[in-house]
Amino acid sequence: MIEIKDLHKSYQMGSNSLHVLKGIDFKVEAGELVAIMGSSGSGKSTLLNILGMLDVADSGEYVLDGLPIKNLNETKAANYRNKFLGFIFQSFNLINYKTALENVALPLYYQGVNRKQREEKSLEYLEQVGLKEWSHHLPSELSGGQKQRVAVARAMVAEPKVLLADELTGALDSKTSYEVMDLIQKINDQGNTILVVTHEDDIAHMCKRIVHLKDGVIVEDKKIEQVRASQYVQ
Amino acid sequence: MFSRDTWREIFITLRKNKLRTFLSGFTVALGILIFITLFGMGNGLVNTFNDFFGDDATNVIYIFPGRTSIPYKGYKSNRNIEFENSDLTDIEETFPMFVEHISPRIFRTVTTTYKEESNDYTTIGVDWGQQFAEKTIIMQGRYINQRDVEGRTRNAVIGRLVEVDLFNGRNAIGKYIDIGGSVFKVVGVFQDDGGDNEERQIYIPYTTRQLIEKNTDEIGQIVVQFKPELGYTGAMAFEKNLRIFLKDKKFISPEDQNGFFIRNVADNLKQNQDFAGVLQMIVSIVAFGTIIAGIIGISNIMVYVVKERTKEIGIRKAIGATPKRVIGSILLESVFITTVSGFIGMLIGIGVLKWIGDRLKEDYFITSPYISTGVAIFATVILIFFGALAGYIPARRAARIKPIVALRNE
Repeated sequence: MIEIKDLHKSYQMGSNSLHVLKGIDFKVEAGELVAIMGSSGSGKSTLLNILGMLDVADSGEYVLDGLPIKNLNETKAANYRNKFLGFIFQSFNLINYKTALENVALPLYYQGVNRKQREEKSLEYLEQVGLKEWSHHLPSELSGGQKQRVAVARAMVAEPKVLLADELTGALDSKTSYEVMDLIQKINDQGNTILVVTHEDDIAHMCKRIVHLKDGVIVEDKKIEQVRASQYVQ
Repeated sequence: MFSRDTWREIFITLRKNKLRTFLSGFTVALGILIFITLFGMGNGLVNTFNDFFGDDATNVIYIFPGRTSIPYKGYKSNRNIEFENSDLTDIEETFPMFVEHISPRIFRTVTTTYKEESNDYTTIGVDWGQQFAEKTIIMQGRYINQRDVEGRTRNAVIGRLVEVDLFNGRNAIGKYIDIGGSVFKVVGVFQDDGGDNEERQIYIPYTTRQLIEKNTDEIGQIVVQFKPELGYTGAMAFEKNLRIFLKDKKFISPEDQNGFFIRNVADNLKQNQDFAGVLQMIVSIVAFGTIIAGIIGISNIMVYVVKERTKEIGIRKAIGATPKRVIGSILLESVFITTVSGFIGMLIGIGVLKWIGDRLKEDYFITSPYISTGVAIFATVILIFFGALAGYIPARRAARIKPIVALRNE
């Protein structure tokens, strides 16, 4: 599903150049649930941003589901993001003046889906994350866990090839974190490919594979026995 | 770009961000409102100006006697020039193509008495044509007529305020007043737009005035009404020829500027109109300054709006909004607000001008202010256009920001 080869990225900090990714080789098969771990500054978020086409690598190859991702202009990148990728952020990034339903429907709006279908489909996904009855509430009326579940529904609604989550439990307490991870596991069970960036061990162990990043290189890449989050959720 | 969905999205955004919508709308509406009010009041000022100088007929040339300053043909300088009855007929006969009517004016300030009330007034010896030159309006009775002049009658037409002063507002028609020792019968009362001074005057036949003053031939000033179809150029040509004719007749040197003086209302009118034009230009510049201030205002708001929405733009881009759609929605929003509020401001402005009407006429010299629809719409469209431009520039920049940068913006 995802294939990257010898990926390099550096940032210009004034006169210094900060080499963040120093040659990453990495493959993800369809249906995997991968945790990318590392201390802050290890380059894990940069890697995720490049995978998410929010940022561009300096050199290296990136192939998404057989499609080489390179020389993207803004419009093309936006269309690819819309079709192929779903994002979940640490700070939820919901639009605060739109209801849960409108937030979830936004990717479909940019796909040009008509309003009726948008609402039907969004409601379907809100139901999947257990928030159907909250569909007409504003983000400010929702708890952190609920907001993140709305974000998950929004990431899912366009049926992307890959779901990218950046510290999705970073702003949540552990109980809520497990609830959200339970949801992520269930989505993965349906065959969706998911990449999770985290620095929390317990969250990482709820995935199926852990990739350790240190100083811009992969130091460890292992399959693990998945811990099911459902056992922590009553 | 203009699908129903796009509009719906815009309405939702506007409705959910009421303060922002209100502020930008208010700026635009206020800009247009001030522009229209100012511009309209400028026009009102010009109206007053025209009314003011439109008090007298515009096809009139006044000739005032003077004193020579250059010796000529054996005459010494510093000689008093006087006009007499023959001058009237001579001018009329020499310029039949130009002259419509010619009449004299003899000014005397005389004590006038009715019973116990007494006051000093300017009496003017005139003939019947004078009524049209001064645009005198008869309230009661009649003006001096041809029979009065030919029969040298002792009839007088008094100003509205003379009636107020001497008769305490009672009807003066048919009453007898004493003007400088001679008894006159009041045959008419007049009013005049020229102001209080002109309503404290008394008109009598000029022939009667000459009779009282030992049957002289002397007349004070000459008032020539020329044919209105002459226009400005014709009036100026007539004035020039009149000057040559009179200098020749009165033995005044062609170079002498002081033998007599001519006031050509047509020339004055043109100068006044030029002045009014300058006045209007200044007002227009101030008004367009307001429009520019409005444009700067809406630009500031748009820059702020885009800055405030940087994160939202980042979110939208992350989930698949193309730069074109980001720019499109921001632009459409700003054009929509400016259009609606611009036209609201325009309508209110026109309403304000209608309401002002003649309320400011007395104290502020503004008469029926107005703005032509063309100018009003032009100003509104200009503001809309620049509002859109002001929205486009920051929107384009925002659309270029990488989503991660925008999302980092807390």
